[in-house]
Amino acid sequence: MNKMEALITSIQGLSGSLGDLCALHARLRKAEDSLRINSNVQLSILKQLDPSIHSLGYLYILEASTSGPVWKKKATLLIAQFINCCDAGQIRLASEKFVILCKRFKDRVFKDPLRGVGPMLSAVRKLVQVSPKRLTALHPDCLQLCLQAKCYLAGFSILSDDIVEVDEPRDFHLYCYYGGMICIGLKGFQKASELLYNVVTAPMHEVNSIAFEAYKKYILVNLIHSGQFSNSLPKCASSVAQKNLKNWCTPYYEVGNYYNDGKISELEAVVVAYSSDFENDNNLGLVKQAVASLYKRNILRLTQKYLTLSLEDIANMVQLPNAKEAEMHVLQMIQDGQIHALINQKDGMVRFLEDPEQYKTSEMIDVMDSVIQRTIGLSKNLIAMDNSLSCDPLYVGKSQVGRERQRYDFGDDFDNFPHFSM
Amino acid sequence: MERDEETSGPMMEMCTNGGGEEKSNRRPIISGEPLDIEAYATLYKGRTKIMRLLFIASHCGGNQTMQLEALRMAYDEIKKGENTQLFRDVVNRINGRLGDKYMMDSAWCEAVDRRAEQKKGRLENELSSYRTNLIKESIRMGHNDFGDFYYACGLLNDAFKNYVRTRDYCTTAKHIIHMCMNAILVSIEMGQFSHVSSYVNKAEQNPETLDPIVAAKLRCASGLAHLELKKYKLAARKFLDVSPELGNSYNEVIAPQDVATYGGLCALASFDRSELKAFIYPNKIFHILLIDNINFRDFLELVPEVRELINDFYSSRYASCLEYLGSLRANLLLDIHLHDHVDTLYDQIRKKALIQYTLPFVSVDLSRMADAFKTSVSGLEKELEALITDNQIQARIDSHNKILYARHADQRNATFQKVLQMGNEFDRDVRSMLLRANLLKHEYHARASRNH
Repeated sequence: MNKMEALITSIQGLSGSLGDLCALHARLRKAEDSLRINSNVQLSILKQLDPSIHSLGYLYILEASTSGPVWKKKATLLIAQFINCCDAGQIRLASEKFVILCKRFKDRVFKDPLRGVGPMLSAVRKLVQVSPKRLTALHPDCLQLCLQAKCYLAGFSILSDDIVEVDEPRDFHLYCYYGGMICIGLKGFQKASELLYNVVTAPMHEVNSIAFEAYKKYILVNLIHSGQFSNSLPKCASSVAQKNLKNWCTPYYEVGNYYNDGKISELEAVVVAYSSDFENDNNLGLVKQAVASLYKRNILRLTQKYLTLSLEDIANMVQLPNAKEAEMHVLQMIQDGQIHALINQKDGMVRFLEDPEQYKTSEMIDVMDSVIQRTIGLSKNLIAMDNSLSCDPLYVGKSQVGRERQRYDFGDDFDNFPHFSM
Repeated sequence: MERDEETSGPMMEMCTNGGGEEKSNRRPIISGEPLDIEAYATLYKGRTKIMRLLFIASHCGGNQTMQLEALRMAYDEIKKGENTQLFRDVVNRINGRLGDKYMMDSAWCEAVDRRAEQKKGRLENELSSYRTNLIKESIRMGHNDFGDFYYACGLLNDAFKNYVRTRDYCTTAKHIIHMCMNAILVSIEMGQFSHVSSYVNKAEQNPETLDPIVAAKLRCASGLAHLELKKYKLAARKFLDVSPELGNSYNEVIAPQDVATYGGLCALASFDRSELKAFIYPNKIFHILLIDNINFRDFLELVPEVRELINDFYSSRYASCLEYLGSLRANLLLDIHLHDHVDTLYDQIRKKALIQYTLPFVSVDLSRMADAFKTSVSGLEKELEALITDNQIQARIDSHNKILYARHADQRNATFQKVLQMGNEFDRDVRSMLLRANLLKHEYHARASRNH
């Protein structure tokens, strides 16, 4: 008991400046094991501490109390409160513990995800505050929770364009995959396509199931977004991916090929044929959206050739059943901004207009300016990375060794060379 | 702005002769009327005459009289030669329909075969004796004779092999040309036009200047080769370069009428307007410059319908041009070289006509255009749609009022759009690249740290 009391006083006392905190951290680490054993005491200690001021101590104790398989009921609530009001600076010192705690929390609330979305979001934000360009281990978990709770906007808010540093490839794959799914939920197919593209082209040595699922969704999202489908993976995908990803995606390839041909009835037949496969992958909804987008694609092609066209003719050319449906489709497209047209209901005619954007307004100039600035910034980043890599000892070592191994092919001399065992 | 159209009937002048000379080969053979087989056959000699007649017989549809006429003439021609295989063939096809005079003459067959055997034996002996004597010239002559012999018997592969063997024994340029011409002849008969091209090249690489008739023959041959390979523009250029001195000298392959027809149609299908003018329709003011074309005009006089049709196309009288084409079609399908290409060429000519029609206008009334091209408005719409999709016409169709409007892409807007798009793409690609590079770097670090 004395030890505990001593611990409490030290926590309360040393949660001030940075130097004190480091000392506190060391003491807490030493006391970790004893904390775990005394489970009853933990909750009572917690009552005496204030999570926003004594965040580090609170964190350790919470983590100790949840390390066993059975939690107290209050523990979940306490964790939620803690996450919401803890101090980011203190957490930074023990970020792995924080991550573990949050993961446990997420697993707990998975059945009832809405409770956990708020706390997880603030957890991610607190971690991100520290290093905004770094992907944390919490990002994929938070996204998963948001998907489960169908809070797409919440999830979208932590998808950032600026992620450059990645700690753990698996986190990255999951982040991109879940992020893609959130964007699909929000119908932001452009961003979804980007994120899924990142998974598919990520360097990997063995194919993992995340890449498979991501590739299937990637094909469908591309069809919906830009109507393009190619039989081969992007060139920058790893060789492992290029060899293996295609094998299990035959139904999707069929859909892609028939989409390119442009005949709706055949496409629908294919979808029906493979519908069980799509359902197993939870992709049936996406496939149906892809089929719907084919109509849009065909109507878009018509705008290139015709100035005015009757609704009857549109319905015939695009293989819609009647003019009413054609009118609905055209109306939808005008509202979405995909085409510019006028519908004359009296004559049953549609008049296609040119894009009214003249690129002369000051808003447009601002847009162009921002794009230019961003491009310049990115180029600088790229050059900086190139420079830093050329000085990185590991990289230099590997490339040198490769070259030297090629030059000196004699068997006996081989052992005398310093080489990195990879 | 609509232009005044001379929609009064096509000004058609069926002039029979160009210069008024009554040479028998200046009659318009290829015309809209059903083919006069006798006259057609007199244009050619040798094996090609027989092959053409047989082709006509097999492709003239249900026209019995034409078929029998062709077969009869083929029979007569074959009997003058020594090809028993073809003889048997023709007799089978006649099937007794022409009466007793045109039945299987086995006696003749046997006699010819015996003679052939004897000749073969004799030639072999001569050749072996020449070989032992090692006199180049005689060996060459021997192989040549063998080649001629096999050609007469219809064994084209052996003929070709023998002609090619003379190559090693050729000493002068003349010999080489002789060999090339023979090889070309046999290759054309065999239908192996790649050989034709290579031997034409070989003959043209000759350091001495060629006899103009030989040069003209070579151009005809290479024109035929290009035609078969569907390279219509090159074929047209070759045919247009043929000098009129050719006359009838290449009748074992091609008649001057054919040169005009093939050259004219290929040029129409593949030349653009300025080229068409320069080669075929010489500017009346500048006589001096375009002397070469006068050559081709002489050829065109032989086939006045083709000449009229080209003139009509150039002066935008599309209705009459397409009418001529339609009337010539049946006869052109009977031509052994043009048969496979008639549809493609016609298609291309029609497309060019459509494109050329719409070129000068800002707006075109589709019903008037449909009249000019003798088609329905909806059919015309479909054709135009295909051309717009292929980007051959820059226009859009107003389906409500049935008008075609020319549309010129706004360069400025298109540029801005492209710039923005490119910026976005760069953004995405570089970010992906940085991420991938970081992932790879992480792997190195992870592995290195594991190993230390």
